[in-house]
Amino acid sequence: MPRMTLAELQSRTLGPSPTADRPKIKVGMSTCGLAAGADGVFDLLETEVKRRALDWHVSRTGCAGMCSMEPLVEVTLPGERAVMFGEVTAELASRLVAACADGTALPADHRVPGIAELARVAGEPVAAEGGPRQYRIVMRNCGVIDPEEIDEYLDRGGYQALAKVLASMSPEQVIEELKVSGLRGRGGAGFPAWLKWSLTRESPGEEHLIVCNGDEGDPGAYMDRSVLEGDPHAVLEGMILGGYVIGAKQGFFYIRAEYPLAIQRIEKAIRQAKASGLLGANILGSDFSFNVEVRLGAGAFVCGEETALIASLEGQRGTPRPRPPYPSVKGLWGQPTMINNVESLANLSQIITRGGKWFSTIGLGNSTGTKVFAVTGKVKHAGLVEIPMGMTLRQVVEGICGGTSSGGPIKAVQTGGPSGGLIPGRELDTPITYEHLQRLGSYMGSGGMIVMDETDDLVELSRFYLGFCVDESCGKCAPCRIGGTQMLRLLDRIASGKGREEDLATIRRLAHAMQKASLCGLGQGAPSPVLSALRYFEPEFRDRLTMGGD
Amino acid sequence: MGPTKTEDDVAAIAKRWKNKRGSLIMALHGLQDRYGYVPREAAMSLGEAMDVPLARIYEVLTFYNYFRLEAPGKHVVSVCMGTACYLKGAPQLLDDASARLGIRPGETSPDGEYHLQVVRCVGCCGLAPVVTVNGKLLAKVTAETLEASMTPAGAPSRAGTSAAGGAPGTAGTPAAAGAAESQRA
Repeated sequence: MPRMTLAELQSRTLGPSPTADRPKIKVGMSTCGLAAGADGVFDLLETEVKRRALDWHVSRTGCAGMCSMEPLVEVTLPGERAVMFGEVTAELASRLVAACADGTALPADHRVPGIAELARVAGEPVAAEGGPRQYRIVMRNCGVIDPEEIDEYLDRGGYQALAKVLASMSPEQVIEELKVSGLRGRGGAGFPAWLKWSLTRESPGEEHLIVCNGDEGDPGAYMDRSVLEGDPHAVLEGMILGGYVIGAKQGFFYIRAEYPLAIQRIEKAIRQAKASGLLGANILGSDFSFNVEVRLGAGAFVCGEETALIASLEGQRGTPRPRPPYPSVKGLWGQPTMINNVESLANLSQIITRGGKWFSTIGLGNSTGTKVFAVTGKVKHAGLVEIPMGMTLRQVVEGICGGTSSGGPIKAVQTGGPSGGLIPGRELDTPITYEHLQRLGSYMGSGGMIVMDETDDLVELSRFYLGFCVDESCGKCAPCRIGGTQMLRLLDRIASGKGREEDLATIRRLAHAMQKASLCGLGQGAPSPVLSALRYFEPEFRDRLTMGGD
Repeated sequence: MGPTKTEDDVAAIAKRWKNKRGSLIMALHGLQDRYGYVPREAAMSLGEAMDVPLARIYEVLTFYNYFRLEAPGKHVVSVCMGTACYLKGAPQLLDDASARLGIRPGETSPDGEYHLQVVRCVGCCGLAPVVTVNGKLLAKVTAETLEASMTPAGAPSRAGTSAAGGAPGTAGTPAAAGAAESQRA
């Protein structure tokens, strides 16, 4: 695609509707889909369509969210609603092609809810009674477009926010729009986005830098991977907007090396954007020039913490340093640096095109907009859901995801990963907001939501989470390095039935010291899963104390 | 791989990254992608070419779990130990793999055929438990499918294992379709 001018981009109309003149078959080809065999299904469909010389459109798409039903194939016949098939086998794929070609009815088996039945998308009103309960702003294109084709992103209104900003908005006006939207950081802590942008913009420095934190380390969460794989241009557009606002010429994507497909797709998106004049020198003919590079993590959970991430980007060991100074003042190579999470950036273009006010009407209280959760564990329909904030945990886990896979009661739900906490089944009517989750001793986190049933042992789970943090502790500060190890020893003793009464008090004391004195979020958050388990399930720990019998 | 070849590869990697700020980790990724681990002599050449002391290279290499300092076995079996996989039986799968291969996690079998390791979440939690063999993801793994993946015929080859789409798939084969059927049962 040749370089576009601002006028060309602005005059671009939306693409054809999916129910155009020829059958369209989309195969979910994100990591989940590929793991379940989507590449084989895709090859078979393509071969079969070619062999029969059919004028059909067979394309790849990202993650529609129903990860446990992969491979997913969506078939849209001209003038008809899209039909989604789950757990598609080679045999079913052959039958699909045959049915379409012969004009007979599509197979009735393997049918699963389509995207339109699962979710409304940005622009539509938030669900009325009985409608789909998800609301997709961040995932609006996931499972819909081919992430490797910039045209499909442009057909859905892609890069229009960039056009609008370059044509008519000053950086201050963008910050004001963000302020009105109420967007808070989606990496977990919920810091107001506008404030971070404003602080970085105002900090003096030789240059300003922007970083996308794609070091999704919470074991049990993969929202960022899915968005990077399913709609890389949305994240890139957010980066470019951020660069414009803070006055950066250079940005970095920092992505886990464990996510090869996400890396490949974002690299491709960067190449396409450059070729189209959306990135590089004089973007869309303006005097704004901005470049981005991709840098890989190397398997260190602590690098999700912003100062450790900076050290890693500088090519050093990923150890954190005390804050202040915050990265917005002194970050990468000592320069003012704005670090945003993938999901935060993916919201940006919609806030700009639809307005901060529109965004602020979604959600509850100070938690505006939506949040994407990876709902996994002992849940019937594991996958990604994007919901307006304020929905209750029960509505998500039972309403959308069908409750436990066994059909039994939910013992607990864990949010926030190794820095988060357990929420007992009796608190499931709590609305999902930053504040409500914190009150329960957990926190929003990046979006992991793990469901546990009655068979899950929470003493073991506490050991699992703490063991993770002990392994991942960088060792720089004593509270985290020593406190974590000692607490793990106590938990080991309790789990083996040799715990003593005073161990529980010692654990709480150690936890307090770690929370107060650790250098970074890893150490401060590490005791949370254990503390919340003790808070709601202390009898389970006590039962183990007496098992030793002496 | 002769010494000259090594020198050439390392020089190319160093050339690509030398003038980019903070790019040491990217250069080390380049070495690991090339050799499957970071050989000491390659690290030494890289240090010379990029003008980075060897101590600093090892300071970085030893911090990050992703970098391997020894040659892995021919087939790398990685058991995901993310929370979802943990809850869905990954510890048992790890024990099974360990018993089957006669090695502990982090070890390579004496014949150099297999390397067993634990990974922290590959981000495929909806299909837990997950195991990767030579980078190819196996979903909803059972003791049986794990066993099958560790037989010479069942292990995906190293070629074409990138997660990129378009690599020859296996779902079209009757065996894979059968496996998909059994997962639903």
